[in-house]
Amino acid sequence: MAERSEEVKLLGMWASPFSRRIEIALTIKGVPYEFSEQDITNKSALLLQLNPVHKMIPVLVHHGKPISESLVILEYIDDTWQNNPILPQDPYEKAMARFWAKFIDEQICVAAMKVVGKTGEEKDAAVEATRDLLKFLEKELVGKDFFGGKNLGFVDIVATLIAFWVMRTEEIVGVKVVPVEIFPEIHRWVKNLLANDVIKKCIPPEDEHLRYIKDRMVKLIIKPA
Amino acid sequence: MAEEVILLDFWASMFGMRTRIALAEKRIKYDYREEDLWNKSSLLLEMNPVHKKIPVLIHNGKPVCESLIQIEYIDEIWPDKNSLLPSDPYKRAHAKFWADFIDKKVNVTARKIWAKIGEEEEASKELIEILKTLENELGDKTYFGDETFGYVDIALIGFSSWFEVYDKYGNVNIESECPNLIAWAKRCLERESVAKALPKSEKITTFISELRKKLGFE
Repeated sequence: MAERSEEVKLLGMWASPFSRRIEIALTIKGVPYEFSEQDITNKSALLLQLNPVHKMIPVLVHHGKPISESLVILEYIDDTWQNNPILPQDPYEKAMARFWAKFIDEQICVAAMKVVGKTGEEKDAAVEATRDLLKFLEKELVGKDFFGGKNLGFVDIVATLIAFWVMRTEEIVGVKVVPVEIFPEIHRWVKNLLANDVIKKCIPPEDEHLRYIKDRMVKLIIKPA
Repeated sequence: MAEEVILLDFWASMFGMRTRIALAEKRIKYDYREEDLWNKSSLLLEMNPVHKKIPVLIHNGKPVCESLIQIEYIDEIWPDKNSLLPSDPYKRAHAKFWADFIDKKVNVTARKIWAKIGEEEEASKELIEILKTLENELGDKTYFGDETFGYVDIALIGFSSWFEVYDKYGNVNIESECPNLIAWAKRCLERESVAKALPKSEKITTFISELRKKLGFE
């Protein structure tokens, strides 16, 4: 049963940025895994058993043991499979990478979600707030191909949330939250991402993705108050 | 080269307490600088332009922000004494999961007990649930890290100096609801690093009482 104990399983959801970032990391490391698509509107008994605290995807299962929370999973992957490192080796650079990852998930993601479904002045304010945060990332990219430097790293993987969720959905949300005039470096970085084989393989197909988001937004907006 | 370690902090911050404990566990000498949160220093604004918050650890002129990130940094820079995180990847992930849980849940809920009018009852019920979840995770271990005091213990212990505040304004009794957690906190306080880092509960309770008056809650 030695083969089975190496088994890596990922409970995820095809349209979730948090799930996709795990697939990117596993692909960078060349780790084969079994993907288990979860219905987040009707959570499986397996998911509830493996992540009883948060009941959310993604959950990575390795050697039969579950790990939850995408940033924790990413670090676990980097600690376990040491080829193609995702985090920098230098402790200070590592601390900075962790800082930006947390900033993206806790600040930018939250701010960008506040734009959805708003109108008028409220919408403008939410857009401004998101842009103010993105300006910090814009500065970080100056002179670099990726946040990780020459190669894709931890922050790039986490920031795919911006490239393929925030930026892709601008048309649906009805406002260019990340215009190229204000964020030339971010736009340049997105082009670099799109030229990368792992990214191309691991991000959700655009048309299907946009259809799904439109559909979800309609459901969210017409939900009774 | 002489190491220069500065900590920009605020005495009552449960986040600052984490970094104080980590530095003490590693026996690192550092320059503690008290910040006035209502009149932040230019150094703080320069070293943490993104969040403008304490604690900020400045090591040889370079800032590290966010308390949990600081603990990991301290553990990596000074690996010789008292490991703060496990070396096994799964145990590390487990520790990070629980520290993340503490960060996501405890303060957000606890703040509503003393800083918002009208939400105290709901928030205090929620806080007890959160603390019970943590107590359950602790089980009958000495520390969250099992036999060794570490990352998760450090992440949570500072909040214990605020329990009196939560009891008072939330009209709860954390000790009777979570006796094992209180026993754990007492064990942690026996460590010199923790005893020196945590202010006396009464001091925090007085501070919050005065702050609430200033904010017009009383």
